[in-house]
Amino acid sequence: MAEDKIAVYFCHCGTNIAGKVDVEKVTAWAAEQPNVVVAREYKYMCSDPGQDLIKDDIKNLGVNRVVVAACSPTMHEPTFRKAAADGGLNPYLLQMANVREHCSWVTEDRDDATAKAKRILNAQIHRMPFNESLEPIEVPVNPAVMVVGGGIAGIEAALKLAQSGKKVYLVEKNPSIGGHMAMFDKTFPTLDCAACILTPKMSAAGKHPNIEMLAYSEVTQVDGYVGNFKVKVNKKARFVNTDTCTGCGLCLEACVVRKVPNEFDVGLSKRSAVYIPFPQAVPLRATIDPEKCLTKKGKKCKQPCVAACGPGAIDFDQQDEILELEVGAIIMATGFQLWDPAQDARYGYGRLDNVITSLEFERISNASGPTGGHIVCKNGEAPKSVAILHCVGSRDQNYQEHCSRVCCMYSLKFAHLIKEHLPETEVYELYIDMRSYGKGYEEFYRRLMDEGVHMVRGRAAEVTDVALSPEEEGRLVVKTEDTLLRIVRRIPADMVILSSGLAPASDAKSVAQTFGFGCSANGFYLERHPKLEPVSTVTDGIFIAGCCQYPKDIPDTVAQAGAAAAGALALVDNPTVKVEPTISYIDPEKCSGCHICVSLCPHVAIQYNEEKGVAEVISAACKGCGVCVAACGSNVPQQRGYLDDQIFAEIEGAMAV
Amino acid sequence: MRYLYYPGCSGEATGKAYDMSTRAMMEKLGVELAELDDWNCCGATSYFNTRELDSFAIAGRNLAIAQKQGDEDLCVTCNACYTALEKANHYMAESPRIREAVNGALGSVGRSYDGSKHVRHIMDVLINDIGLDAVKEKVVRPLTGLKVACYYGCQYSRPWGIFDDVEFPVTMDHLFQALGAETVDYAAKMKCCGGMMMLTKEEGALRMCHELLYCAEREDADVVVCACPMCEMNVEGYQPRVNKAFGTSFNIPVMYFTQLVGLALGASSKELGIDKQIVSCDRVVAAISA
Amino acid sequence: MTELATTPQAKALHRQFVEDVMSMPGGEKIRICQQCGTCTGSCPTSYLMDYGPREIIAAFRAGMIDRVVKSNTIWLCTSCYSCTVRCPANIKITELMYELKRLAIKYDLTPKDSKSPAMTKYFLDSVRKHGRNHEVELMAKYMLTKDWSLPFKFMGTGLKLFLAGRLPLAAKDIRGRDEIGRISAYLEAEEAKAR
Repeated sequence: MAEDKIAVYFCHCGTNIAGKVDVEKVTAWAAEQPNVVVAREYKYMCSDPGQDLIKDDIKNLGVNRVVVAACSPTMHEPTFRKAAADGGLNPYLLQMANVREHCSWVTEDRDDATAKAKRILNAQIHRMPFNESLEPIEVPVNPAVMVVGGGIAGIEAALKLAQSGKKVYLVEKNPSIGGHMAMFDKTFPTLDCAACILTPKMSAAGKHPNIEMLAYSEVTQVDGYVGNFKVKVNKKARFVNTDTCTGCGLCLEACVVRKVPNEFDVGLSKRSAVYIPFPQAVPLRATIDPEKCLTKKGKKCKQPCVAACGPGAIDFDQQDEILELEVGAIIMATGFQLWDPAQDARYGYGRLDNVITSLEFERISNASGPTGGHIVCKNGEAPKSVAILHCVGSRDQNYQEHCSRVCCMYSLKFAHLIKEHLPETEVYELYIDMRSYGKGYEEFYRRLMDEGVHMVRGRAAEVTDVALSPEEEGRLVVKTEDTLLRIVRRIPADMVILSSGLAPASDAKSVAQTFGFGCSANGFYLERHPKLEPVSTVTDGIFIAGCCQYPKDIPDTVAQAGAAAAGALALVDNPTVKVEPTISYIDPEKCSGCHICVSLCPHVAIQYNEEKGVAEVISAACKGCGVCVAACGSNVPQQRGYLDDQIFAEIEGAMAV
Repeated sequence: MRYLYYPGCSGEATGKAYDMSTRAMMEKLGVELAELDDWNCCGATSYFNTRELDSFAIAGRNLAIAQKQGDEDLCVTCNACYTALEKANHYMAESPRIREAVNGALGSVGRSYDGSKHVRHIMDVLINDIGLDAVKEKVVRPLTGLKVACYYGCQYSRPWGIFDDVEFPVTMDHLFQALGAETVDYAAKMKCCGGMMMLTKEEGALRMCHELLYCAEREDADVVVCACPMCEMNVEGYQPRVNKAFGTSFNIPVMYFTQLVGLALGASSKELGIDKQIVSCDRVVAAISA
Repeated sequence: MTELATTPQAKALHRQFVEDVMSMPGGEKIRICQQCGTCTGSCPTSYLMDYGPREIIAAFRAGMIDRVVKSNTIWLCTSCYSCTVRCPANIKITELMYELKRLAIKYDLTPKDSKSPAMTKYFLDSVRKHGRNHEVELMAKYMLTKDWSLPFKFMGTGLKLFLAGRLPLAAKDIRGRDEIGRISAYLEAEEAKAR
């Protein structure tokens, strides 16, 4: 405070600020303010010459406090603080005055905007004398990474990280990794068999020495902060010893409980109480479903599984294991769930036979599925006509507003598979817009038109079994307006496939909460920036990839997984990471030990020191949220960089103009 | 239990049996109905075709009368009247322009309405206030063995789905199941009967009624029950014309649901206006009385 | 471009129509219609219409008001609300149909061969006279002026209804029937003031 020499820089930001605020006037006014030794205006402060102005004035004029009136600190605070640092000034002696997002962009009248810009700037000018030098806190970084979710996104991210030498924990809640992709038949537009391209990656992930596979496990608690996460994982009991089980499958055959709806076949087939989800499961180990197993339910059972098991791997007394793991970064790849079309009665899903969802069709079409790959109706006969309805539950203000991106393409894929299996069958695609945006997609669409698939532009109004003419007897009828032909059509179909949209996983919100980040309005995980930071979250160290962020196809999922791995690697490949020093500090002389702040801290960053009888902030865990500062009745905790003096000075400055 | 009661214009004419059977049914259930004093036409669809604010205002007149007459909810039987009156509530709440106009109009005839009167469909009252258990208790002639097609029609749960689903309503089915009947899977249960179109463009309405009757016949329904005088008129009264136009020979009894409920509760055919039905309901009555 | 869209009167009419529709609660939603066709597909009478509800919305947005009012579409709407509950853009299509009917009547643009406007008028007359809709009076008036074939078609049914006591000849006037007329007069006066 002794000899404050404040430099003020007013950025034009092209016309973004200068178009509304009288920059010259405010800069001239600023030059007159107490402690201001120089006030400059410049077209683009964030440019190199702009930054040089700051560096030069620090060196030549001995400036020791800097205010940059420009855009939001979210944009360029790091830029300007680095410029200050390069000029030899502690970066925390530089503040930004947001005269763009808070002023020029939101004020209609020029005079009002200019007056407001003055107030915003004056607040910072008044604050500057109270700013202190602060040193960033460097914390060590744990090089291990946790990937939550073992679908294609999680597998890809885990492999990339493992290949770069990092230890990866791959946590998957189902007994096997593979996710939804393992359920698909062929994938668009190349018509690769999903299992054929996925299983090598699954296998590699299962074998990689750097990947610790934690299948049939769920994260229950996450504490800590970037570089230092402490995660509790519940490794659920399979009641099968995974070290001795060979995955031979004899127990499955022996089990007396045979009628459990098979989740992998979307309920279209049955499994036993002891099961392996699918033949290519990784890890290839049996699991006992405690809700269906007679022994686990306390009922009598001869336990033929035990008898059948050569290595004697069945262990009914196995317990859940809680693992406490420490990692430096976390990648969320928890995927999606299919929108349930039972929510809209007009499709008849659940009431009418042969109205099926897309996932159900994938299993029917899949050679390892419930029908052995034969596309048949419930009565076992091949359909003579199939209608594929787009936009089920999507682009609809009553259900999900968003477009699910992949449905047009997978619908076309279904048409191809049907035509391949059943060349005589008529296939109808009922769509609003055909979204074939990706590489090879438009060509795929053209291919399907060439295969004679009927493209009907119209969103299906309803699916009914009421026959109003002889051709409709005993069949389903899809009623729709063919908007291009301008007629209402009743399309007879033996099978109706509902191309249901991708929805966020049912527990997305609670999972996000457990990990400490948020969801967007449509329920998917929220990225830090929709264009520039699609795989980061607002929480440092936590990344997201795949459909948990938003519906997308496999190519984009794999790309995002790689991006998330790179993001995590950029973090954990360094021994330390710098954490903002704008954290809370509790003066032990003034603290009365009342505990209020301890219980209120949302990041569990304050502990009570029994010996001294005072509260203490765990610097590394504190996120600088300010709750303790506000809560303390004696005004003891102070947040560095946001001291009471600084805040009151800002208020005074703003009110003084 | 007491409700203010709005019979609707049809209740005095073509829908007389609906009014009669509602009163008889409620009497058996021990629920008091106080007819709205000097009520006027709700406006139905025709008023809305011509004058927007007038429609809300005349509907509002009824609501103003109701507000003054008592604190009880206003029970409405006809689907169209129910929707028209509820619409006035909805739009007065949503639009200051409409609220102001209606208040002004009502004021000009010395009335006022603050928007707080609850308009209830009679089925809503039966299911949610009286409760199916209470109705079950009073059953004297269970409807066992009777196959009932519950015809909801358009304005029962559309557009707002207040007490039942807009796409797949089930309350009427639940009611008749509670009375012992077998409710059939009536595919056309929420399809339109054509309404006034039976007079203005007969071919359209006949086609729609044909689908309604066809679906009932397909399920071997013994009777179709409905909740609106317009629906009842079209599906029952014009059955002969449907037969003529489509070469069918439908002869399906159609009753107001309150008539059938009334029979189950022990009311007489005369009280319920069963003799007013064009298509004879003798088979239905016989099946229950047996 | 149609004749209606090109003349200054037509342009003014279009502006008026747009203003009226946009002032309906939820009216502005027609801007986000995706033209998916769910409404036309759900509509039980769309097969009879010159243009289905989807096309009416498209025509309206394009300024082709003549299509909107000269077609038989709006008069074939039975207000079943099937379109409204299924529309993915939450457009109150049924209310839009009502508004278009009102505008057509207001500007005297109803199709010559449509009978619905007449039915509507007689309904209003009946309510204004009695306070309630006297069904017999309504049907009689309509049949005698608009469709002579109807009395013959409905002879059988009509007789049965009459004998069943469902067609009372006398109208029941309510005490406050003049209020209906006064309410209309008040609202008309307010509308005139606003213009």
